[in-house]
Amino acid sequence: MNEELFVSGRNIPNIDPYLNIWHWQIPIYLFLGGLAAGILFFAGLFTILGKEKEMQTTVKWATFIVPGALVLGLIALFLDLKHQLYFWRLYTTIRFESPMSWGAWTLMFITPLSLVWVAAYMKDVIPGWRWKMKILDDFDAWINENRKPVAWVMIIFAVILGIYTGILLSAFNARPLWNNSILGPLFLVSGMSTGAATIMWMSKSHYERMVMGRIDLLLIAIELFLITHMIMGFLAGPSVQLEAANLFLGGQFTVSFWVFVIVLGLVFPALLEVLELVGYKVPVAVPAFLILLGGLVFRFIMVEAGQITRYLY
Amino acid sequence: MRYAMAVDTRKCVGCSDCVVACQTENNVPIGFCRDWITETVDGTYPNVEIELRSERCNHCDNSPCVRCCPTGASHIVEGGVVLVTHDECIGCGACIQSCPYDARYSHPDGYVDKCTFCMHRVEKGQKPACVDVCPTKCLYFGDLDDPNSDVSNALRNRKYKVLAPEAGTKPQIYFLT
Amino acid sequence: MTKRRDFIKISALGLGGAAIATSGLNFAGSKLMATPQGGEKVKGTNLRRFPTYCEVCFWKCAGWTYVDDKDEIVKVIGNDEDPHCNGRLCPRGTGGPGMYNDKDRLKTPLIRVEKNGEQTFREATWDEALDYTAKRLKEVADKHGPECVALFNHGSGGKYFGDLLKAFGSDNIAAPSFAQCRGPRETAWIATYGEAVGSPEPTDIRDTKCLVLIGSHIGENMHNGQVQEMSDAIDKGATIITVDPRFSTAASKSKFWLPIKPATDIALLLAWIHVLIEEEIYNKEFVEQYTYGFDLLKKHVKNMTPEWAYGETTIKPDIIRKTAREMAQAAPAVIVHPGRHVTWYGDDTQRIRAVAILNALLGSWGSRGGFYMKESAHLPKPKLPPFPKPKRNWRDAYPGQYNLASLALSSGICDATIPSSNRDCSFKAWIVYGTNLPLTLPNINNTLNAISHLEFMVAIDTMPMEVTGYADVVLPECTYLERYDLIRTSPHREPYVALRMPAVEPKYDSKPGWWIAKKLADKMGLGDYFPYDDITELLDWQLKHIGSSLEEMKKIGVRKLERESGPLYFTKGEEIEFNTPSGKIELFSNELAAENFDGIPVYTKHPQPPQGFYRLIYGRAPMHTFSRTANNANLTDLMDENSVWVNPKVARLWDLKTGQKVWLKNQDDVVTTYPLKVRITERIRWDSVYMVHGFGHSKKELSRAFGKGANDTEMITKVMMDPIMGGTGMRGNFITFLTEKPEEVES
Ligand SMILES: Nc1nc2c(c(=O)[nH]1)N[C@H]1C(S)=C(S)[C@@H](COP(=O)(O)OP(=O)(O)OC[C@H]3O[C@@H](n4cnc5c(=O)[nH]c(N)nc54)[C@H](O)[C@@H]3O)O[C@H]1N2
Ligand SMILES: Nc1nc2c(c(=O)[nH]1)N[C@H]1C(S)=C(S)[C@@H](COP(=O)(O)OP(=O)(O)OC[C@H]3O[C@@H](n4cnc5c(=O)[nH]c(N)nc54)[C@H](O)[C@@H]3O)O[C@H]1N2
Ligand code: SF4
Ligand code: SF4
Ligand code: SF4
Ligand code: SF4
Ligand code: SF4
Ligand SMILES: [Mo]
Repeated sequence: MNEELFVSGRNIPNIDPYLNIWHWQIPIYLFLGGLAAGILFFAGLFTILGKEKEMQTTVKWATFIVPGALVLGLIALFLDLKHQLYFWRLYTTIRFESPMSWGAWTLMFITPLSLVWVAAYMKDVIPGWRWKMKILDDFDAWINENRKPVAWVMIIFAVILGIYTGILLSAFNARPLWNNSILGPLFLVSGMSTGAATIMWMSKSHYERMVMGRIDLLLIAIELFLITHMIMGFLAGPSVQLEAANLFLGGQFTVSFWVFVIVLGLVFPALLEVLELVGYKVPVAVPAFLILLGGLVFRFIMVEAGQITRYLY
Repeated sequence: MRYAMAVDTRKCVGCSDCVVACQTENNVPIGFCRDWITETVDGTYPNVEIELRSERCNHCDNSPCVRCCPTGASHIVEGGVVLVTHDECIGCGACIQSCPYDARYSHPDGYVDKCTFCMHRVEKGQKPACVDVCPTKCLYFGDLDDPNSDVSNALRNRKYKVLAPEAGTKPQIYFLT
Repeated sequence: MTKRRDFIKISALGLGGAAIATSGLNFAGSKLMATPQGGEKVKGTNLRRFPTYCEVCFWKCAGWTYVDDKDEIVKVIGNDEDPHCNGRLCPRGTGGPGMYNDKDRLKTPLIRVEKNGEQTFREATWDEALDYTAKRLKEVADKHGPECVALFNHGSGGKYFGDLLKAFGSDNIAAPSFAQCRGPRETAWIATYGEAVGSPEPTDIRDTKCLVLIGSHIGENMHNGQVQEMSDAIDKGATIITVDPRFSTAASKSKFWLPIKPATDIALLLAWIHVLIEEEIYNKEFVEQYTYGFDLLKKHVKNMTPEWAYGETTIKPDIIRKTAREMAQAAPAVIVHPGRHVTWYGDDTQRIRAVAILNALLGSWGSRGGFYMKESAHLPKPKLPPFPKPKRNWRDAYPGQYNLASLALSSGICDATIPSSNRDCSFKAWIVYGTNLPLTLPNINNTLNAISHLEFMVAIDTMPMEVTGYADVVLPECTYLERYDLIRTSPHREPYVALRMPAVEPKYDSKPGWWIAKKLADKMGLGDYFPYDDITELLDWQLKHIGSSLEEMKKIGVRKLERESGPLYFTKGEEIEFNTPSGKIELFSNELAAENFDGIPVYTKHPQPPQGFYRLIYGRAPMHTFSRTANNANLTDLMDENSVWVNPKVARLWDLKTGQKVWLKNQDDVVTTYPLKVRITERIRWDSVYMVHGFGHSKKELSRAFGKGANDTEMITKVMMDPIMGGTGMRGNFITFLTEKPEEVES
């Protein structure tokens, strides 16, 4: 029999017996970040493609959610900090090797950018809206004249943000569950999918819903492919990764993962979307909601389970 | 200069003196620790073996905790020692997630804390508190680049290992087996 | 010719007249309390340091208490000059501040009162509490004679209360460190070598080539100097042989681990002796010159072959031979360790006699790498009025028994407190200083029964431990970090003195032991026996006699003196008279034979556990001292409860899981009050379980210790008395597991 124990009774809060220092804040933050990245990406994309008319929700209405989502995400991140008075330290340096750092800086840029993006649509929301300052009105006009270049910048930042939400976890070599090359793209795709689902849900245009539905189906397919790949990778990996995989294959996260993430969050909404595409009437809120819920649960599970997996002890 | 520590697992008795000494020297709050002792038991009675290890931050050559720190609070000083500047730390926990040895903890005051190799003592020419207290003298500290340092001497004629080398962090706590 | 043990020159010098004149009078409390001013500034820090010696166990390592600018004790660090610790305290000593900082400490004197038909304590002033104590003790003395008062003590302050008691007219002074600890060893050693082993043991471990540990779990038993020297020995490649049914930490460092069947050690020892003699590999020169009774011994062990011992001990014959040869090869630089807590199976004096004989055959006594000739510092004693001669003492309660007990038996006094028709007086009052009797003495019911027959009991303690709950008066002593005590003079390779001084003012309304005893003496009209106003007068006076002073000692803490008794080891061919009847090292003990005990140890079989039961063996965890540290925050941080070690085979049988809580039930159907966690481990035999002593506290006032783990003492209801010296063998108890709460099981 093998035995391993701490003779000195290590029992540090939130570290032992397994890590639990990231709570709800981080998955929420990742979820909102991914969602925002998704929406901004599609808004930018269809702006560049010149589909503002057909894809009104995508380029316009859905983006109104984004600044709020980002600010909420930032608040969640802030709440996660244990030394909050020193929050400003994030912005006294740029650390390219630290996802946290460039994540914080990305948010620093993309949040105002998204705000500008929606602000310039204010006049479409409230007809006759006027900014109280001339300079703002001029800026508003400038943005609306230069939507395409602005969209390019936005797409770039949205992709950075999306990748960041994935990389944040997978950069941690120390947590075998997170430490794989697939988690980054997976979170990016999942973020896009939640963005697409949100747009679908908000859109009243049949055409727009169909376009987004197709995109979403594709994203879900990619997601399923990546998840399969990830698990196969674990199973072929060293014992710490095997243990990680086991959390989903019989271990404590098996039910939540398979039921909420895979079946309810991916397979079932995909099925509904296929049905819709072939002509059945499916209330769009159902798959959209399930995708959002699945994405949220997925992040909760990954953050929690990842902290349980470790190299030692 | 490259500071490092060697732990002679053949002499360590797992008494945890190094843990208490670290707590009183570095004002580590009750319930937390910068170092700790693990015991592994192998075999079947009466063919049994025990390994006792006094563990702490490995002051890794390739330290993910420093790389992932968004503020630069985690940094490396002369001799490869990894330190945390308390009032630059925002308590984001990234470094805790990044450490394969779970060597860091979140101090009740908010910042992240861990073994400092007792730099405040080493600067004065003293040894780390844990090294100085250990009744079995099984902890060796010093500069690996100096062939006459305690740690170099300890490593010279003995077999040793590091923990979780596969994590790729190039840890600098050596366990003499 | 050197006479060992004779060199102690007791200097009975008078204390300066002025000091005596002021004694007993006008003892005005805190004004005279030594205040810890000064202390040496520590360069480059905000700290000051004060010398002390540790009281967390009885190794008494000297160290420095560090205090910050807010007068908070921050750490205790060993004194580099002290041979007990060489600058390195053990975890318990390092964790000493936890004792000082404990918020659960006794804070004020307490007096038992009855309130609404219920007994409770009320807080009292020192004056009241001491007046009351003096009055009650005098009442007992008036009624039954002062001989009916007994003192139980363990710790530095015991001396003051011992003097007080002797002045009062009783010499019933007992410590659990005798009948529950090393009594059999000292008796065996005196019978063999004419002197006791003493503390610290004069084992020359750092220079040994072979260290044999028989149930001595050094490394868990954290007696500092030994642990340090064992580590040095490992470095130097010494052979370690450990005999233990459990894979102790020491066993894990050993070249040979002999996983012996418990209670069979004497068979192994006799077989070793057999091999040394049969193979003629014993130290002939030494045996010839110094020992008595070799031929008798040779005849005695003739048939005690390793093959015979195998049947008893389960240790393979070739291993017994091999290890015997290892010892012989290393001799005389070999130590068969005499052990310390040796009250195991009731034949303990004989077992340690076998150890002593084995050492004699190897010639380790007085040899480098064996046992050195220790020496302690001698301080002058103040001239006291003669103590009254007690009319009776505890021995009268045991006519013809335990004549070879060199100290009073705590268990004996306890038993003799319970009235019995064949005793004319039993004890009526106890003074208990620094010993937690309900956890310390085996057979708790007996202890409590004795206490229930007392007319008065006063406990002097630092913590609201179990024992205080039975007292009529509880007097809070301050911790060792807050007080002066007598100069430490314990023996070592060279004589040393060490000073303990307060680093801070006593917390709460606690006082140093010397103050309490002196004040009490004043109130009892015995003030003349404490011829000083402040103990610092005594200390300074004593130190000046050896060419030092209090002033100097405050700066250095520890001072080495010159040896006066000759070399550390016997010189070749040196003629020595040992303090035994034959003047030789007695392989055959005339002293034992005269008392009708076996002159040479005989092996007797002990009962083994019945089906479904396991032998309860217990021991130390390196980070705790008995029950006294169970509430120390620094140390509970490392270990806050004990567990019961169970072999995986046994665990499978009982379907136990690591971490699961179980209650233990012993052969007498006694069940532990609290459950404890199971640790399934290959480190323990399948016929035994193991647990660390000192847990399972039942006092709610101990906020960290209350209800944590289980108390091994509860399971020790069967005591195997050592007929020679009255030691209480405690390892003959067998337990079984209850996986459910006992109430539910019973119904
Ligand atoms: N079941 C069982 N019983 C045993 C043993 C065992 O292993 N198992 N071991 C035996 C042995 S070897 C020994 S030596 C004895 C030890 O027996 P004890 O010395 O009685 O051991 P402790 O349980 O530590 O109790 C010490 C008491 O002293 C108090 N104390 C601590 N410091 C001070 C102080 O500075 N001043 C005063 N006034 N009080 C203080 C503590 O609060 C506590 O109440 O126990 C023996 N009994
Ligand atoms: N950390 C710490 N150190 C201490 C103390 C403390 O409280 N804490 N107390 C000090 C004191 S006062 C004392 S007396 C000493 C006691 O320390 P020791 O004298 O070293 O120990 P024991 O309690 O006699 O023995 C415990 C060991 O005996 C083994 N054993 C049990 N039964 C048998 C048997 O039948 N045969 C053999 N060969 N071995 C057996 C147990 O498995 C265990 O390893 O420790 C001292 N050191
Ligand atoms: S103090 Fe030394 S012997 Fe004790 S646990 Fe620490 S390293 Fe091991
Ligand atoms: S052990 Fe952990 S905290 Fe220490 S340097 Fe390595 S990664 Fe960083
Ligand atoms: S918790 Fe502090 S030290 Fe750790 S990564 Fe965050 S800012 Fe850096
Ligand atoms: S080197 Fe200093 S900080 Fe690090 S574990 Fe040892 S005592 Fe603690
Ligand atoms: S051995 Fe440890 S507890 Fe005992 S006196 Fe020394 S330092 Fe104190
Ligand atoms: Mo003892």
